[in-house]
Amino acid sequence: MISFTIKRLFQSVLVMLFVALLSFFLFNFVGDPISNMVGQETSHAEMDELRDRLGLNDPFIVKFGRFLGDAVQGKFGISYRLQRPVDELIVERMPATLELVFLSAVIATVLGVLGGLVTGLKPHSWFSKFILTGSLLGVSLPTFVIGILLIYIFAVTLNWLPSFGRGEVVDIGGWRTGFATVSGWKALILPAITLALYQMTLILRIIRSEMLEVLRTDFIKFARARGLKRWDINFGHALRNTLIPVITVTGLQVGSLIAFSIITETVFQWPGMGSLFIQGVQFADVPVMSAYLVLVALFFVTINLIVDLLYFVVDPRLRSDLKGGH
Amino acid sequence: MFNKIKHLALASSVLSAVVIGIASPVYAEKILRYTSVADASTLDPHALNAQTSIMVASQFFDGLVMRNPKMEKVPALAESWKSLDENTWEFKLRKGVTFHNGNIFNADDVVFTIERTKAATSQMKGYVNTIVDVKKIDDYTVHLITEKPNPVLLDQLINVFIMDKEWSEKHNVTVPQNFKEEEETYAVRHVNGTGAFSLELREPDVKTVFRRNEKWWGHAANKSNVDQVVWTPIKNAATRVAALLSGEVDLLTDMPVQDLERIKSHEKLQVMQTPQIRTIFYGLDVKSDELRSSNVKGKNPFKDVRVRKAIYHAINIKAIQKVVMRNMSVPAGMLIQPSVNGYNASVDENRLPYSVEKAKTLLSEAGYPKGFSVQLDCPNNRYQNDEAICQATVGMLAKIGIKIQLNAQPKTQHFPLITGRKSDFYLLGWGIPTLDSGFIFDYLVHSDGSWNGSGYGSSETDAKIEEIRGVVDPSKRNAIISEIWANVNADLPYVPLHHQVIAWGASKNLTIPIEPNNMPRFYWAQLK
Repeated sequence: MISFTIKRLFQSVLVMLFVALLSFFLFNFVGDPISNMVGQETSHAEMDELRDRLGLNDPFIVKFGRFLGDAVQGKFGISYRLQRPVDELIVERMPATLELVFLSAVIATVLGVLGGLVTGLKPHSWFSKFILTGSLLGVSLPTFVIGILLIYIFAVTLNWLPSFGRGEVVDIGGWRTGFATVSGWKALILPAITLALYQMTLILRIIRSEMLEVLRTDFIKFARARGLKRWDINFGHALRNTLIPVITVTGLQVGSLIAFSIITETVFQWPGMGSLFIQGVQFADVPVMSAYLVLVALFFVTINLIVDLLYFVVDPRLRSDLKGGH
Repeated sequence: MFNKIKHLALASSVLSAVVIGIASPVYAEKILRYTSVADASTLDPHALNAQTSIMVASQFFDGLVMRNPKMEKVPALAESWKSLDENTWEFKLRKGVTFHNGNIFNADDVVFTIERTKAATSQMKGYVNTIVDVKKIDDYTVHLITEKPNPVLLDQLINVFIMDKEWSEKHNVTVPQNFKEEEETYAVRHVNGTGAFSLELREPDVKTVFRRNEKWWGHAANKSNVDQVVWTPIKNAATRVAALLSGEVDLLTDMPVQDLERIKSHEKLQVMQTPQIRTIFYGLDVKSDELRSSNVKGKNPFKDVRVRKAIYHAINIKAIQKVVMRNMSVPAGMLIQPSVNGYNASVDENRLPYSVEKAKTLLSEAGYPKGFSVQLDCPNNRYQNDEAICQATVGMLAKIGIKIQLNAQPKTQHFPLITGRKSDFYLLGWGIPTLDSGFIFDYLVHSDGSWNGSGYGSSETDAKIEEIRGVVDPSKRNAIISEIWANVNADLPYVPLHHQVIAWGASKNLTIPIEPNNMPRFYWAQLK
């Protein structure tokens, strides 16, 4: 167990290093940050001087070494665009993204499980067919189209919900939350639904197919033969057996929700990390980009690590393999 | 006994509070909600020479000189000025002006500001680089001494915003942000100006709230009834327009051209339009001996003026205006727009006509009857429909045999090609903050110009450009300016396309003058 964990940790560090190297290498192609920082009318001498001051003229390996050294200490430099320390910016933006991701995950899981159950238990009813067709839209329409569609229906036409922003936020110990105000909740609804739609469809379809599968197995037939109540069979036995893959997928999807939130945040002008990143890309704001990529990689690697370790706990076969000698 | 009195006092104060509450009419604040595509990077008025930063600074700060809605120069913090000799200007400062924190404005602040603007970390150096000395004569008189006569000093000073010396020293912001020091300076998110609005709230990228400065000296001359401005930048164009349509904002700049009609036809909204001080054109490498991307080897077709003219004739600017720009452009014959000194309307009117025949003839005469191939570099996130303009041009030039490989990319990749003189053929737009031709000459026409990607220039033109930097007499100066333009318009290192037109969308409750420099001034806004 310990050696397994150490091995996994070591691999995670390697992955992180590789991500850092790759992302850093890519920054050579995003363009010249200087031309954004100084406006069109600045002379060459001034631009060169600024480039020098920022250390952009140093060779790649020096820049990368400096970046690694600072990153280990949690320092990512100062944003070229906003002229503020990047770690501060990310900490400031994180609550917005995490709240959005949290609500989306809840929506996706609750509605996904419910929808999956309905369509799995009554595969031939018109309601199930309606849900399935509707969910097809969820996977096939791109996120930004769904977002803009929702804005036009609920903000422009019906005037029920705001089209952009986070509403009023309340500062609780440095965490700026939108959960404490009515306008905060109103602002959260559309982006959360937009972000949740794809994941919801995924969960719904996994549960449905798993349910169909499990309901055909012998132990369900046997449970029926024993005369157990329908409710107990469906929820106590069938649903429980479908949940293992769902938990795995949901765990991993939290990572991609954070990654996907870039598009949703851009459409709704949601002041989270994703919109910080995308504006950073357009500006060639290297410190922001590198910090964000490393952070997202860290999220993924951590979640993966936890999932791997959970497998180890849950699945007895993995443990016996490790003993060796079989 | 004491308790009783206390209770009584409390009761009476509660009562009077209630009475006052009822008696005084509830005053509804006039709040202007504004959106644009991007936020200002910093509130430091000297840290960045960018349109958004200047727009924001002009609400919080005053310069010595400002422009009125007609774009004329009028006194601001300087009440009057005169030139004592050809290198010395005397400014008489306005008395009784205070900064937002109550500090008194005087000559020390002017001296301090000019020095701060000249600091190594300042990006606004270009506006003050001719000033060699600033002298405080008394508390309300300042002398500016220039290196040589500077005809555009007043125009430059408009963008030099006066900061408070005491405040800057107290918060350790006597020089603008230095990126090398990895910390945020106080002036990035805090403001202490003399301007029409003070800063109430600053959340970068999210929300900025401007509060009316009741003590502003300029309220009499600049009428506005706005108490508060809430600025929320919205990056996505569709969302930005949706926010206007749903009534969540009152004013929108950076309007997507395709939504113009929709906003126009909305019963509660209006569209304002004006030509912008920015002209879009193609630059051609007229200097290199061989083009980098062409199939013509050993020589450079763009060196031949007939080829440049052929390209000019081949571009159907009316079609671009109608289809690509949806009439949000004015076809141009020169690189400056009517409000810039040196503009000549007849050149715009007599731009070379669209004619495929003429273009083909010119190409044959130049020795390329079958045309040639070349790469066109184009930005895709800088100007209105920039990439679409280039795409349209690809088809038009194909008709005369010039095969274009289109290279459209973000401005961060595009601009270095131009400043590094690595492009054969490129799209560029140029705006002129000083409203004087000298500005564009310095950058685009002088052979050492930092944005002169065409490589155009001769020692004679260079000499003329250097000469007008120091000529104060307007008629003499303008004569040289028109000589230079005549050369440029004949040589065509740049093929002019159009002047951009800007449009703002607004609620019908709002009146605000639309300005060619695309900066809304909230101190001219009236809300119903």
